[in-house]
Amino acid sequence: MSRSLAGWRIALVALAVVLFAWLVLAPWPQGFEAVFGRKKVFLNAVLNGITLGGLYFLVASGFTLIFGLMRNVNLAHGSLYLVGGYVAYETVEATGSWLLSFVAAFLVTAFLGLLLQWFIFRRMEGQDLRQTLVTIGISIVAADVMLWLWGGGFYQIAAPAALGGATQLPLISSVKSNGDTVWLTYPIVRLVIFAASVVLGVAMWLVLNRTRLGMMVRAGVDDRDMLSAIAVRVPILFMLVFAFGAGLAGVAGVVGGTFQSLAPGEDSRFLLVSLIVVIVGGMGSIPGAALGALIIGLAEQLGSVYAPTYAVALTFLIMVAVLAFRPQGLMGRA
Amino acid sequence: MTDIPVPAPAAAAAPSASGLPAWLSAVHPAWWILGFLLLFMPAMAGDFVLVQIFGWSFILGMIALSLMFLGGYGGMVSLAQMTIAALAGYMAAVFGTSSVAEISLGLPWWIAVPIALSIATLFGVVVGALAVRTAGIYTIMITLAISAAFFYFALQNYEIFNGQRGFNGIRAPVAFGVDWRAPVPFYYLTLALAAASYLFVVYVGRAPFGLALQGIRDNARRMAAIGYNVTAHRIAAYAVASFIAGVAGILLTWQNGQISPGTAGIPAVIDILVIAVVGGLGHPIGPFLGALLYALLRTFALDVFSAFGFESTRFNLLVGVAFLVVVLASPDGLVGLWRRWRDRRRPAAKPSGGHR
Repeated sequence: MSRSLAGWRIALVALAVVLFAWLVLAPWPQGFEAVFGRKKVFLNAVLNGITLGGLYFLVASGFTLIFGLMRNVNLAHGSLYLVGGYVAYETVEATGSWLLSFVAAFLVTAFLGLLLQWFIFRRMEGQDLRQTLVTIGISIVAADVMLWLWGGGFYQIAAPAALGGATQLPLISSVKSNGDTVWLTYPIVRLVIFAASVVLGVAMWLVLNRTRLGMMVRAGVDDRDMLSAIAVRVPILFMLVFAFGAGLAGVAGVVGGTFQSLAPGEDSRFLLVSLIVVIVGGMGSIPGAALGALIIGLAEQLGSVYAPTYAVALTFLIMVAVLAFRPQGLMGRA
Repeated sequence: MTDIPVPAPAAAAAPSASGLPAWLSAVHPAWWILGFLLLFMPAMAGDFVLVQIFGWSFILGMIALSLMFLGGYGGMVSLAQMTIAALAGYMAAVFGTSSVAEISLGLPWWIAVPIALSIATLFGVVVGALAVRTAGIYTIMITLAISAAFFYFALQNYEIFNGQRGFNGIRAPVAFGVDWRAPVPFYYLTLALAAASYLFVVYVGRAPFGLALQGIRDNARRMAAIGYNVTAHRIAAYAVASFIAGVAGILLTWQNGQISPGTAGIPAVIDILVIAVVGGLGHPIGPFLGALLYALLRTFALDVFSAFGFESTRFNLLVGVAFLVVVLASPDGLVGLWRRWRDRRRPAAKPSGGHR
């Protein structure tokens, strides 16, 4: 690429960032609000999109981690999400502790992940299609067993009272006619969960890029035979990564169950979200999953506010555009 | 004569002992029996069995056949086939007649059906053009994402797809003096179209195009090196498969009398994959076997379950477990099971035979 083109590209991105910052920070002029609706609606959609992106990142990062290291396609990932949610619900019902439910969901889904890796994936390494089919079969069975155990109703995990309220953000929602500034209020629980997913994402990136364990994982992505030749026990490494990725899906289930609700069908919805996020972001890339989750979360929320009929089509169009111009995903390696 | 290996085409061209034309005597007797059974089925079975078991099996089998064509010959497992079928059904409702008079244009069937088929095929080509940019597992994911996007779009769009309710009151037309809605004509209609698409897929599988496609499946780089346009062949395969799926989609809409987003929901999309895989992706007859098994299970699972004292609602558990068992035990489905059983029954009596 020529240098001038790269310069233009940077200028374009900078312009978009400035425009977005103005949209978020400045009070909107009257005429502008008349055309685009109230600023509060826009801000809420943006924040909802970003926090939803945090949830999507939690689900998709486990999926992309497993795929990136082992080339295992786990289409039962959505089922792990839903199992985690239900386990957390039962834990909260039994003990009343929201934080404990994260531990329980992580442990249960990580254990299920270990079983999957031990009994299924280890036996069909490199057979993409069989893995896909078997995990689809597992997800059909799991969906029906969960329907059996928990029924078709909606469950919501109760967040602790301390996180129940709303807080004022330093963002201008609107300016009243008498000159008073109205600040935006926003549910605390969503902010906390978003912060947690950012912390988790950064931690994952640090572990992968700055520690010996991460070095082994990355080496396993590039050349698994060579890694085992230098005396790393690859099967155990794989089991650990699979368990961690599955555990992430379970944790995401707790978050999703608190944010939204748990019901049959959520498993395939979140499987689909993971697929789209990793296709957009790039298979096997953690920063890619973060970027993809942010884009899809924002597109879904802004779309549902400004073009309700076509919100789903919008996320789909993004995926098509990425496939058409960058088939390996935004952050994927060619 | 000594047992000289003879390649199949040469054997087929040789004059046969019975005096029949060679291409006729090359057909295995089992096919004749099957053909007669299916042709005289209306004399044996009631309307319910004709339409709900056999008609439905033929239709589902055609959709699964289009998946088998892509997956078995092309190595591209597409989960968009049910979606393409549903799109054809929707278009037949939009351009033809239905109870939703505000949307349906009410064109006669000989205009509405070709339009619906063209749109479905075109959509299939676009899906294919997107999907062939990727390979293997990515194809599955992308086509699954496309199917889900179509489902949610149809659910939320009221201008064309009439949202959640979809269309009802769609009827097979009265044409050439026959009411195709009646059970027996509808049975023959589905039988004829299923047989035609089966023979077409068998034919294409042996034609230069199908052979090139199988070559691309086995080694795309080598085929590209000897001058085949890999992408064009793959997209053309999607076009062929989409046409078959489109025909089946219109039949399905006529059979049900209605179409709604649930027709193309994710469970339905997965069911088609289950049917094709359980039947076997190795031979075009596989999808029809899988479909028949599926239709029988769907219809009679309730009775079977109550006989064993289970809850009748656990149908998906049964299907899921059956699917898992087949995938784990015999990756090439029922067709693969049968082939292995046949090979074991005559252990290498004629190791060199060219016939199959």
